[in-house]
Amino acid sequence: MTQHTVTSFDEDLKALDDMVMTMSRSVIRQHSDCSELMGARDATLAGRIVDGDRAIDDLQAAIEEKAIQVIAKRQPLAVDLRTVIATLKMATDLERIGDLVKNNAKRMLASSGQSQLPPGAANLALLNDRVGEQLKRMLEAFEQRDDTLAKEVWMRDVEIDTLQTSLFRELLTYMMEDPRNIGYCTHLLFCARNLERIGDHATNIAEQVHYIVTGTNMPVDRSKG
Amino acid sequence: MHGVAGISAENLEGATVRPVPATKIIARDVNVYYGDKHALKAVDVDIPDRSVTSFIGPSGCGKSTFLRCINRMNDTISICRVTGKIEIDGRDIYDKTLDVVQLRARIGMVFQKPNPFPKSIYENVAYAPRLHGMARNKAELDALVEASLEKAGLWNEVKDRLTDSGTGLSGGQQQRLCIARAISVNPDVILMDEPCSALDPIATARIEQLIDSLRQHFCIVIVTHSMQQAARVSQRTAFFHLGTLVEEGPTTDIFTSPKDQRTQDYITGRFG
Repeated sequence: MTQHTVTSFDEDLKALDDMVMTMSRSVIRQHSDCSELMGARDATLAGRIVDGDRAIDDLQAAIEEKAIQVIAKRQPLAVDLRTVIATLKMATDLERIGDLVKNNAKRMLASSGQSQLPPGAANLALLNDRVGEQLKRMLEAFEQRDDTLAKEVWMRDVEIDTLQTSLFRELLTYMMEDPRNIGYCTHLLFCARNLERIGDHATNIAEQVHYIVTGTNMPVDRSKG
Repeated sequence: MHGVAGISAENLEGATVRPVPATKIIARDVNVYYGDKHALKAVDVDIPDRSVTSFIGPSGCGKSTFLRCINRMNDTISICRVTGKIEIDGRDIYDKTLDVVQLRARIGMVFQKPNPFPKSIYENVAYAPRLHGMARNKAELDALVEASLEKAGLWNEVKDRLTDSGTGLSGGQQQRLCIARAISVNPDVILMDEPCSALDPIATARIEQLIDSLRQHFCIVIVTHSMQQAARVSQRTAFFHLGTLVEEGPTTDIFTSPKDQRTQDYITGRFG
């Protein structure tokens, strides 16, 4: 896209873009750190993840402030308007992802310390990895303004939902088998639910990328092909 | 289909559907030449009644040229030649049998620089209706002048000084006087060529408020350099560039998701 005649407008939009990218990368890093907690108990790491969420919240506030300034100063139109509005919404989704990762870190810490890996942990790790891949796809879709990749994020969310549903059933059976499993299985259930919610927020962000690029909303139903 | 059958946002449950305005002006394959210069190329557009259509585009793009085609003011330019068809209410305005003076009586025009006659406020508004025999006596003429000034939002400010000179008013008041003058003959169409360019923000806001109320009764076409003004006052927007009508559609669509890259570049300030 060509530059604005008033180049400071481009600088404003780039500043907003950079903030969203920074926030996305922070969220992905937090999620990746949380993945390590699934392997072993690490109170220090968990504490770092919980504290690290503050910076993500601060970024959301900064993005909101900048977006409002751009609207007031520039009265953006067309793709610029769509970008600023979408950025505002994406910051909210990213902040929620940050909160969900933080909650998972707390739960991982609370449920860890077992002598052997609890049942269901392997499939939770799989769900966690899939969500991590979605987050990376979502970041790239935004950075490249890639509508094809945004649609892929949107389509693949059904895999996340399916994995979460099957993990839910699996954990139920463990709890029914042996009441001693109920404690940590409940933690894993909440983690799985949080991961499914992270997947939904990633989908929301992909929808915003689609809106920026095309000016239209994604269809309500996810049809294959 | 012109305009959108709108649902009243205040009353979604018992939704009232506003009727789609009829087409007032139809232009087909309109070309304008200034000597050898092809200034306007193959313009096709339908302009609805009882709404505001804005023409936007960079300087020299042909929007004012096209505006002047609608009331045949280009006829006064000797080297100007117009081809194609423009119909108002189904009647071809370039038909050789048409009385162009009568045509111009049906089409009011407001210019960038307010240009009241060097006459009293009263005479500015009464002049045309008197000329066209629209009032049988002084009482009717007085009523017509009052109604026009009232519609133009100027009556309360001038009712006690109607004999004062029109040129003694402020810029914003002069422009409203010109609008009162234009609507005094109950025109079919009001053309406005950058009516607020010479006015301060408060006067501009009052004119925009006036345009909002006038559009209930008139077909209004406005040329403007301000994207924000076009977005605020118009229901449909047409973007001109290098003599071509590039894109035309509902104002909200043009300003949120234009289809043509040239339109997007212009309205986002990426031109030049």
